[in-house]
Amino acid sequence: MTNPSTRPAAPQATQSEDIVLRTENVSVYYGAFEAVRNVYLDIPKNKVVAFIGPSGCGKSTLLRCYNRLNDLIPSARVTGKIAYQNNDLYDPKVDPVEVRRRIGMVFQRPNPFPKSIYENIAFGARVNGYKGDMDELVERSLRSAALWDETKDKLKQSGLALSGGQQQRLCIARTIAIEPEVILMDEPCSALDPISTLRVEDLMHELKQRFTIIIVTHNMQQASRVADYTGFFNAEAAEGGSRFGYLVEYEKTESVFNAPREKSTQDYVSGRFG
Amino acid sequence: MTLNQSDKIQDITSGGFDSEVTAARKNFGKLMTGLVVACVGIAILPLGSILFMLLKNGLSRLFLNFPSVFTELPPPPLVEGGGFSNAIMGTIITCTIGALLSVPFGVLTAIYTVEFGRGNKLSQFVRFCTNVLSGVPSIIAGLFAYGIVVLTMGNFSAIAGGVALSVLMMPIIIRTAEEGLKSIPSEVRQGLVGIGATNFQGVTSVILPATLPFIATGVTLALARAAGETAPLLFTALFSQFQARSLSEPIATLSVLIYNFAIAPYANQNSLAWAAALIIVVLIMFVSILARTLTARKIY
Amino acid sequence: MTSQTIAKSETLIESSQKFNPVRLVDQIFYWLTVATALGVGFILLWIAWSLLSIAFPAIVKFNIGFLFSTSWNPVNDAFGALPQIAGTIISAIIALLFAVPLGVGVAVFLSENFLPTKVQTPLGLLVELLAAVPSVVYGMWGIFVFVPFILPFLQGIHRVFGWIPLFSTPPSTRQMFTTAMVLAIMILPTIIAISRDSLLSVAPELRQGAYGLGATRWETLTRVLVPSALSGIIGSVMLALGRALGETMAAAMLIGNANRINISLFAPASTISAMIANQFGEASGLQKSALFYQALILMVMTLIVNMLAEVIVNRFQQVE
Repeated sequence: MTNPSTRPAAPQATQSEDIVLRTENVSVYYGAFEAVRNVYLDIPKNKVVAFIGPSGCGKSTLLRCYNRLNDLIPSARVTGKIAYQNNDLYDPKVDPVEVRRRIGMVFQRPNPFPKSIYENIAFGARVNGYKGDMDELVERSLRSAALWDETKDKLKQSGLALSGGQQQRLCIARTIAIEPEVILMDEPCSALDPISTLRVEDLMHELKQRFTIIIVTHNMQQASRVADYTGFFNAEAAEGGSRFGYLVEYEKTESVFNAPREKSTQDYVSGRFG
Repeated sequence: MTLNQSDKIQDITSGGFDSEVTAARKNFGKLMTGLVVACVGIAILPLGSILFMLLKNGLSRLFLNFPSVFTELPPPPLVEGGGFSNAIMGTIITCTIGALLSVPFGVLTAIYTVEFGRGNKLSQFVRFCTNVLSGVPSIIAGLFAYGIVVLTMGNFSAIAGGVALSVLMMPIIIRTAEEGLKSIPSEVRQGLVGIGATNFQGVTSVILPATLPFIATGVTLALARAAGETAPLLFTALFSQFQARSLSEPIATLSVLIYNFAIAPYANQNSLAWAAALIIVVLIMFVSILARTLTARKIY
Repeated sequence: MTSQTIAKSETLIESSQKFNPVRLVDQIFYWLTVATALGVGFILLWIAWSLLSIAFPAIVKFNIGFLFSTSWNPVNDAFGALPQIAGTIISAIIALLFAVPLGVGVAVFLSENFLPTKVQTPLGLLVELLAAVPSVVYGMWGIFVFVPFILPFLQGIHRVFGWIPLFSTPPSTRQMFTTAMVLAIMILPTIIAISRDSLLSVAPELRQGAYGLGATRWETLTRVLVPSALSGIIGSVMLALGRALGETMAAAMLIGNANRINISLFAPASTISAMIANQFGEASGLQKSALFYQALILMVMTLIVNMLAEVIVNRFQQVE
């Protein structure tokens, strides 16, 4: 076990805070291929955590473990333990649908449902058993996602008719409406223009009052702007020649960007990578 | 195969490098073009003839004593006039029974093969069975319904006819529903999972509604096929001279009426057969056009 | 926010273990779709079994000899299927002889830009319409229009070539040859549609390559496009063959239902499906059983042909 990836990555940064998700020695396999190896990482409550790193380093794969989205891929296998409120997410007694109700997700490409703007939000709430005032919830969610002013006059229009940035904020509003505890964001701005990106980033600052956010991003500036903590992932050639991803270091964002412990992190954040 | 082709391309050029197309090669082209145009002409001829005869014989009978064909019962031999009101009703009834049986079954099957078991062994098996089923001769569907419905119930019936038609409609509906479900981007499915919707909630509230244009197309295409089918109805729905009073008794249909009256030696019955044929063909054309416009309304 | 009814205070396992009607509905729905998916296979087996069970007495009595016997005598309970099997295969093959060259020709025409799109599209539509006309209408058209029209020509052929056994009888109004021609018209759309698709799916590089080497349009077509689309074309022919074998109405109305084998194509004959359609109404006992036996033979024939077609078409799709 001299492999660098087996090092538990610095959970001490977060020791003093409430921990929402505990990641202990998690590895993910797709068939025989190992995508992520031996990750230790804790997510503190009401913070924004960013995962950065080059493509193929397994950051999205790990993110998808937190709401058991990997279940949809028949060949995927997760080992190790992810604890959420002292329950193992992968406990056979856990219904993945219940996991996803508490841990929401915003995807890389905006994916509103082929329904009206109103229904896009109401559907998720209804599915989750919401019985209150639906109009009020829709308005509150759209306001939280900074989309209310643009859409209040066309709630009956299709969600697909909105611009890309608006669609992504609609997807965020849809996620907010189900009141999850954690929101996972998989490169939420990669399909958006700079102005829409800025709006989504502003939104994240507001949302962390109420939610814990984990964001995967290619964009280091974005990570430094929005995240309280940053995990840097890298990929390395395994014994057989195939590559596997692992967590290099995980610290407060300032220290990752200003005083990284590892050389590879330094190289990556300063743009000298690969 | 590919090797073969490149050989042939070389063949073409091996005749020398003169850039001009020789007269022989030009003539070969002209000859082939002529042959192909002749093929098209010969192929169009029967269709033109059928359409022309349908319009000529069918329309003249329809307007002979309009609208009696739509309101009266089939005439006995050597009696003038009459119509096929009961057969129109019967075609609608048997096709409806066929659709009621095959649509839920077919759509649920497509949901399994696309949403739950995409690419797995059972889906491949279903695909194989669907292909086999679509190749089953229609008369065998009729014998099947005879065996399981007529023999059990003890008499010919609209239900038996509907069962026979449903066997023929099933593969069409499964295929179009599968096509529709496959057209829904996987991002939408991820979104559904992401908000914690169960498969049932996601499929019924979001995916099926978005697939509806495809399913509607499949249903109309299947109905168009069923409306014209005769062989499966010969020993299931049989025929009746009268208005059907219940689903468990023999029922007249337009297609069986065409068959019975076309082979009968009576001019009045023959001309009624033409009128019924015109109505069926117009119906099928209308439904096919409807299917096209429905597909054009798809969301993705 | 207080109105939210999901009890988030429960732990994950608690809420997962708690009875939830939504989860139950989801489970039922899943198993329902599994059941219908299995049901498709079950229906096929059911069809085969229901044919088999009714045909059983005839199978026991006549065994394999049924396939080679020409008798059909309800009084003595002696039945065979040879004339019908022969008639089914011969009519289908003659239909293919007419329809394949014609269909491939039309497919070539529709896949190339001989005509502006404005003319081409309605032509394609017309072909589809040809496919949508019910077979009973073709049968009727055959009786009233086609046979009266073609009979004088056939009489001419008989007068000139009557010494050839195939044309040795005076053309009857109900006969094999005209039936096969109507069948040919009916299977034409199948051949045209699939052949055209496979011609259009030939990689454009091949076409451009051939043109680039100075080949004319027809050299490209005959030496490059048609050979590479061949498996698709053959697949379409097999599918059409399957359809011709099983076609009932046109055959029942036109072939004359003669229970004998005649070398002359101008004589009445019979096919399996026409036989069933004609005899079923008054059949009972062993005769009905024998008809189901014939149906079983037809089912096996079409099954083999359709499976071959699928194998061939699948290969063509993989190449594509």
